[in-house]
Amino acid sequence: MNQTIFSINNPDERVDGLEKVTGKAKYTAEHPLPNMAYGVFVCSTITKGIVKNISTDKAMAAPGAIDVLHFENCPKVPGYQPSAFPDLKNVSEWRGLKVFADNKVRFNGQPIALALAETIESANEVAKLVEVSYQEESFETDFDKLRKDPAKLKTGSSYTRGKSQAYKEAPFYVEAEYNIPIEVHNPMEMHATIAYWENADSLLLYDKTQGPKSTQMAVARLFGLTDKNVRVIAENVGGAYGSALRSWANVPAAVIAAKKIQRPVKVVLTRPQMFSLVGYRPQSWQKLGIGADANGNLMGISHYAISNTSRYEDFREGIVDASRFLYKCDHVDTDYKLLPLDLSTPTWMRGPGEATGCFALECTLDDLAYKLKMDPIAFRVKNFTEIQQESKLPWSAINVKDCYEKGAELIGWKNRKQQPKSLKDKDWYVGYGMGVGVFGAGRGTSTVRGIWHKDGRVVLESAVSDMGAGTATAMVKVAAAALSLPEDKIKFMMGDSDLPPGPTQGGSTTTSTLGSGVHLACEALKDLMKDMAKELHPPFKETSKDDLIVENSRVSLKSNKEVAIAVGDLINKKKVDFVDVVKTSPGLNPRDIQKATNSFSVHFVKVYVHSKTGEVQLKHVVTTGDAGKIISPQTARSQMLGGAVGGIGMALTEEVKIDHSTGKIQNATLGSYQVPRHNMIPHIDVWFTDKPDPYINAIGAKGLGEIAIIGFAAAVSNAVFNATGKRLRDLPITKEKILAAKA
Amino acid sequence: MMNCYQMNSRRGFIRKAVGLTALTVGSSILATAHPIDAFVPAPIPKQKLTLEINGKQMDLMVDIRSTVLDLLREQLGMTGTKKGCAMGDCGACMIHINGNRTNACLSLAVYNEGNKITTIEGLAKGEELHPMQAAFLKHDSFQCGYCTSGQIMSAVACLKEGKAKNREEIKDYMKRNICRCGSYQNIVDAIEEVQKSGAKI
Repeated sequence: MNQTIFSINNPDERVDGLEKVTGKAKYTAEHPLPNMAYGVFVCSTITKGIVKNISTDKAMAAPGAIDVLHFENCPKVPGYQPSAFPDLKNVSEWRGLKVFADNKVRFNGQPIALALAETIESANEVAKLVEVSYQEESFETDFDKLRKDPAKLKTGSSYTRGKSQAYKEAPFYVEAEYNIPIEVHNPMEMHATIAYWENADSLLLYDKTQGPKSTQMAVARLFGLTDKNVRVIAENVGGAYGSALRSWANVPAAVIAAKKIQRPVKVVLTRPQMFSLVGYRPQSWQKLGIGADANGNLMGISHYAISNTSRYEDFREGIVDASRFLYKCDHVDTDYKLLPLDLSTPTWMRGPGEATGCFALECTLDDLAYKLKMDPIAFRVKNFTEIQQESKLPWSAINVKDCYEKGAELIGWKNRKQQPKSLKDKDWYVGYGMGVGVFGAGRGTSTVRGIWHKDGRVVLESAVSDMGAGTATAMVKVAAAALSLPEDKIKFMMGDSDLPPGPTQGGSTTTSTLGSGVHLACEALKDLMKDMAKELHPPFKETSKDDLIVENSRVSLKSNKEVAIAVGDLINKKKVDFVDVVKTSPGLNPRDIQKATNSFSVHFVKVYVHSKTGEVQLKHVVTTGDAGKIISPQTARSQMLGGAVGGIGMALTEEVKIDHSTGKIQNATLGSYQVPRHNMIPHIDVWFTDKPDPYINAIGAKGLGEIAIIGFAAAVSNAVFNATGKRLRDLPITKEKILAAKA
Repeated sequence: MMNCYQMNSRRGFIRKAVGLTALTVGSSILATAHPIDAFVPAPIPKQKLTLEINGKQMDLMVDIRSTVLDLLREQLGMTGTKKGCAMGDCGACMIHINGNRTNACLSLAVYNEGNKITTIEGLAKGEELHPMQAAFLKHDSFQCGYCTSGQIMSAVACLKEGKAKNREEIKDYMKRNICRCGSYQNIVDAIEEVQKSGAKI
């Protein structure tokens, strides 16, 4: 059942590539189970109120109808009301929307019922025939209006270092406001769950999740099951970018329905449902004030932000964090508040709060550089620091200056003119811009099982899933290096909660966390082989382990590699088919190493802006990353390409539009919510510093999924300013906004 | 019109089986009675359909409401063709019908009597990959892989239709296929290479 991936001949190819180009790779909704029923959500057409009545008469008369699940007939769920289940031990309250728990409508598009039928066609029809009547209440969805009312805001967090608002006392300062609309992850694979109760207390789930273990635990605690009785399989994840970091309404809905009708149930969201049921980047307002002296030394940074959350959950992210620590500055204050609205709960979306915050920070710095008549790169280099400004700890590694230099060279920065509107190509203004991104580089705990088979193959196992970053490919490379083995002798198994606990794939930590676990397991395997060699191979009986080396499936003397025994022979001598180790690699607390740990990026863009229509065309993108040692160059490059493409969407097209008279999303399709397409993508160069971080972990690698997008939108806005003299502070940057803006 | 009898008998079983439902083991959980109402649903409307899929003739009974996409994925278990939106916006379900690239989600199955359908599963010749599949592998033209089948089917059509003379033309043809992981540049690299290689497609 779990994903079995063998490395293939070309070292650059993904180990799971063959399955993906032949259509054989199985995603969540593609696992057939006998007698499976299809579930389709019926969603609220009002934004706030209560469901007065649900009539299923017509629905149940439709072809193939099985049942309609809703609050009136929903079985009791322990995690919805833990106090009612005192005898159940493994129960905790479900985080987030308790689907079908009550008759309350909390946002437009909330699931009200689950139509169950024999086929997908029938389930769609049954869902359409469910009749729901509501009692509506007044609601609030208008972020732009409501954020101005302090009474509506929830206090978040405040921070002051030195004097607050010190920027106002600087000889040069810029003060500006920024707005970013709701953006939606929209992975190409819709969220899906197949739930199958194998017996009364054991559950098999196929689920689109970035964390098979975290989903296993959440579902076990929702239903009062022991963790081991819930098996979660996520063989392939068709993109997520944060949307599958937690379990949404489709998970409990499928599990409850499967119990109720005693059949496996498959629930797949529709594309419109993907806009309101699996999180989104919250809408935000930011105000930045940055001041500097005439030489360009920063004298004060003030960063204030508000982002929306739902009424039923608080969602916070690190919008103002980078302003506190990235550049050398003694006087910094930040404030972050939440605005609860009658919308569903937002969640982490690629480069979560930092992508939002660095847009504002990096645009404001660009403005200030212009005011100071300084080159934007020179201005940043002037305020570069090797000491993380908030913790005052030195960075474990920071090579961002190399990124400035290489990126400037690749984009042709020398052709940039300081004065906007200086460069023109026929009817197009030409501009260059850059922006910096930063994100935490953590290392969590992971457990990896390493198995050495007597035929020489090594299998590594961990319950992680991969949304496309290329985790298995990278882990095979880590293991190949650690074991001095060819990659085609190694396979990495994942996507199944039955495997040893692996991390949730998120926050740019998988390679660091899991790579450390794989490295440790491989070291332990080698150690085991040395022990076995001493025990089972007489010539090595008196040899010190330090004098032995394990490489190319042989244990040999370091001093004379001709004196050796094959690993397979050792395993045979032990009269077993394989030997194995299970190793847990501990997480890293940066305080323990007295270092700050971050990854960095610098993005460069060259834009054309049409002088009459305001149309923006990207002509060239250079994206550079400082993320430690690059384990898997090809997949890392692809991730950076993807971040740049995501950044293009954030900068130029992506925006959820809500009709505040109804509370309904107006553009919940991929035809109306514009994501970047082939024809929007210019040539993109990717470059990495590729210098191992000596402190973060044994493999020297840091994450890069987030930094790939963080700071990118600022580079676009800065380039548009350089081209036109117009500063666009509200995303997305559309031609209408450019035409309306004043130079 | 078939299958309704079978379905009714199954419903009879369900009715019996789910008289009592509790979500977990343990006596503390109140079993809640949820008898399924005694509706007898209308029969699923079906029609005969003959198709040639990847060179193989298939005589099928299909729901008249089925799209080619749901027919492939749900009835025939051919899940290489992906559902990304079900409304023609994303290109994940791109297949060839009589050689023309088509959104499988927008084509009702019963309108395809006698048509020849090619899906991603029909592209490779046994173990030998189609040149476009090999080029996608080489150029890492995907990450999560979910849009890949549609991208490859579009890419093959792009070449067959002679719309791959340069990168701009390729991008214009391929704009109906979204890749949310953002592997666009690598996709165009793959198509350009196959075009330049002159490989038979």
